[in-house]
Amino acid sequence: MEIFLQQIVNGLVQGSVYALVALGYTMVYGILGLINFAHGEVVMIGAMLALSSLTAMLGWGVPPLLAVLLSMVLAMLGCMVLGYSIERIAYRPLRHAPRLAPLITAIGVSIVLQNLAMMIWGREYHSFPQLIANNTHTVGGAIINDIQIIIFILALAIMAGLMVVVHRTRLGRAMRAVAEDQHAAQLMGVDINRVISITFMLGSAMAAIAGVMVSANYGLAHYYMGFLLGLKAFTAAVLGGIGNLRGAMLGGLLLGLIESLGAGYIGDITGGFLGSNYQDVFAFFVLITVLVFRPSGLLGERIAERA
Amino acid sequence: MRNAPKNLTLWLLFAVLLLLPFITDALLGRGWVRIVDFAMLYIMLALGLNIVVGYAGLLDLGYIAFFAVGAYCYALAGSPHLAQAFPIAFPDGVHLSFWIVLPMAALLAGFFGVLLGAPTLRLRGDYLAIVTLGFGEIIRIFLNNLNAPINLTNGPQGISRIDPVSVANVSLNFTQKIFGIELPSVHLYFYLFLAFTALVVFVSQRLEKSRIGRAWMAIREDEIAASAMGINTRNLRLLAFAMGAMFGGASGALFAGFQGFISPESFSLMESIMVLCMVVLGGMGNIAGVILGGILLAILPEVLRHSVVPMQQALFGKVLVDPESLRMLLFGTALIVMMLYRPAGLLPSRVRRRELDTDEAVERV
Amino acid sequence: MTGTGALLQFTSIGKQFGGLSALSDVSLHIQRGEIYGLIGPNGAGKTTLFNVLTGLYQPSVGEFRFNGTRYQAGKPHVLAQAGIARTFQNIRLFANLTALENVMIGRHVRTRAGVFGALLRNRVTRNEEQAIAERARELLHYVGIDKPAQTLAKHLSYGEQRRLEIARALATDPLLLALDEPAAGMNATETESLKTLLQIIRSSGITVLLIEHDVKLIMGLCDRVAVLDYGRKIAEGVPERVRNDPAVIAAYLGGEDE
Ligand SMILES: Nc1ncnc2c1ncn2[C@@H]1O[C@H](COP(=O)(O)OP(=O)(O)OP(=O)(O)O)[C@@H](O)[C@H]1O
Ligand SMILES: [Mg+2]
Repeated sequence: MEIFLQQIVNGLVQGSVYALVALGYTMVYGILGLINFAHGEVVMIGAMLALSSLTAMLGWGVPPLLAVLLSMVLAMLGCMVLGYSIERIAYRPLRHAPRLAPLITAIGVSIVLQNLAMMIWGREYHSFPQLIANNTHTVGGAIINDIQIIIFILALAIMAGLMVVVHRTRLGRAMRAVAEDQHAAQLMGVDINRVISITFMLGSAMAAIAGVMVSANYGLAHYYMGFLLGLKAFTAAVLGGIGNLRGAMLGGLLLGLIESLGAGYIGDITGGFLGSNYQDVFAFFVLITVLVFRPSGLLGERIAERA
Repeated sequence: MRNAPKNLTLWLLFAVLLLLPFITDALLGRGWVRIVDFAMLYIMLALGLNIVVGYAGLLDLGYIAFFAVGAYCYALAGSPHLAQAFPIAFPDGVHLSFWIVLPMAALLAGFFGVLLGAPTLRLRGDYLAIVTLGFGEIIRIFLNNLNAPINLTNGPQGISRIDPVSVANVSLNFTQKIFGIELPSVHLYFYLFLAFTALVVFVSQRLEKSRIGRAWMAIREDEIAASAMGINTRNLRLLAFAMGAMFGGASGALFAGFQGFISPESFSLMESIMVLCMVVLGGMGNIAGVILGGILLAILPEVLRHSVVPMQQALFGKVLVDPESLRMLLFGTALIVMMLYRPAGLLPSRVRRRELDTDEAVERV
Repeated sequence: MTGTGALLQFTSIGKQFGGLSALSDVSLHIQRGEIYGLIGPNGAGKTTLFNVLTGLYQPSVGEFRFNGTRYQAGKPHVLAQAGIARTFQNIRLFANLTALENVMIGRHVRTRAGVFGALLRNRVTRNEEQAIAERARELLHYVGIDKPAQTLAKHLSYGEQRRLEIARALATDPLLLALDEPAAGMNATETESLKTLLQIIRSSGITVLLIEHDVKLIMGLCDRVAVLDYGRKIAEGVPERVRNDPAVIAAYLGGEDE
């Protein structure tokens, strides 16, 4: 029972990070119908930017809390610029190209960013400075620390904020209009390019925060961290129903839970045959099973093909 | 009359291909034939994936899994490795002839293709992409971990001492003298791969211009309309997966025999992505394009590998940045630039080409 | 052709989408060799009926009988095999394939070559391929497409695309040709030649089921007409009678919002 609770806690924390990243995938997909393969690398760049600026500021004697906030803002700004540029350079020229063309440029961007990061920050793991006394608490037998609590609450707050933006503001209305029907939205006077750019910047800002969260949680940052994280988050987005914001959140949290419960119990389930190194198999297996029964994901619109 | 020049080019091409290992040896130095050999493996893979993605329009991001299935099939059936898991049954491991394992590898991979295709029949587009990706990862993770409780795959260390391929009892792993010409191992494998590549090209071509090929393309264009026209979309999708997978499995067995060693590292997601890039960049659905894409993307990283260090030395007088990451950085940039300039691929299929022409014509009016 | 009497018989077919009844309790029968019209206001359920008939939708209740076989929930390719061919209201051609290839694909269901045939390309396969191409050219000519056969489907004009869909459907050697608003978007001359084409098709022995909003076309062409409104059949009979049916007039006056 304690293990169970512990895995739930871990799963929710990890899942909330997945959800933030998954939102980035799903927003872009909803509007452009495009898998932004490079999104995972934006997460990594966010973490690395935060790390560098944090180290620098601490060196200059900036008070820790201020340094954290400033470096977070810096990472977000940096990633927004990055997201904006990616769209301008690699996707916009291909908006009317065959469907797989932007997928290839996305892969190219991903390779470039990864190797750029390796040149700048090297191949080694960087330890992320620990700035707050990370107290642990015991809740019903499960252990949770301050950083995890902050991650979870911050993630929920950001998601709530995003929902408000999308459903309550003019910008959100424009975004939904473009997602629904680009042509019609344009006729109604929506500046499509602006909406798309803003969507990329929003998604990238969230990715930056997610990157900082992951690094803070594990105390590590690495040029390769974005790849698997991005893959998982994309899986989460599809699980929930890609293009659907609530789906991305649900998918992210679910995937986090599935993984952590799977890792905790897979040995018991299979009688010791499979160990926790099969954690990823578990995640993909659930994904495939869900899609077999719900081909458009959990909350995805059932596109009952109109003939 | 029109055929004469065409035949002549074909013969010329044939002659150049036969001499290619010697030409590369002379012009580029030793070591390059090996790279060309790998390029041909990639071409076979890319042509196999082209059936699934290019013809049937099913986006497969886990294609390398079939390559892995074929490779492990031969690695297990042609190496001492199984002695570890079953010392009593196979004290020396299993050493079946490559030519017996090859069809088995293809069939097994084809079976895996159906295994992947069956549950995903209702999935479209990007949903299919992520499921195939997951499938590829699942296979890789199993390969990485099936060294316990019984040691089937030897985990991350991989399987080594795989038997070389022999043709008519002549092992391709040693230099052989044929008609008085010394042919080192890489040359021998070159001719073997050349023959297989030719076979794969032939099969692709025949399939493309057939009732089956048309049905695949109908599914790619509009699955609903295809089914309403009487095409059994379920069977044809499965067939596409199976055919593509069989190409992959056969290439995998060749790969295992050629390298003599395989490990899960060779079957990562990045490899699947690489093969997909070859297909799309070269020109989806067009055999010549896919071949070009395969050659370019297999050779380009090697060219870069050999040029980044001298390039830096010439520019800055010393090596400033890690050559490996610089190489990949340039590679990624090349992918982006090529795609931006040729969105339909370097050699678009005949249809796409016409489409581009006409679109331009329409714009001019 | 086997048997006499009705080629197609719908018995109490119903189709629900969530709470919406797109079809309720629809029964009708179509005789061999007739041109049967299906009309009704927008959203009446005409296309839904086609989708049930061609196996794209499973009916919620009811069944239908085609050429002597009962179907509760058909599969599209099985029904095509059985002899039902259709066109689509919003044209669904294989856009990036040539006109010829589109029609050749229609021959799929009446031909046999498989993977081995493709690889060996033996005499049987070669002959079959040749016959497919020949028949496809004939059909292009038959429906009156005189652009080069190698033109991509998406580069044909609107009227030609509608005709190409008909040619593709005819290539399956259907007993029943179901056309969903074939005249939509056509001008008067094009509609007139479509009318002639449909008459020729009928005289070749193919039964035609026709959804159309163009009242003149329906009246001039159909032997019998059924009217759907909100998923129900509200009238059936010869065109003259149906036109003057008070229920029909009410449906059109009440339902028309264009
Ligand atoms: N796949 C679907 N999912 C949900 N509702 C559907 C679906 N297909 C059709 N409908 C609904 O069923 C009703 C009947 O639609 P249908 O397309 O059959 O009408 P129709 O008679 O062909 O109209 P029109 O003349 O405009 O083509 C409509 O209210 C439509 O919205
Ligand atoms: Mg309709």
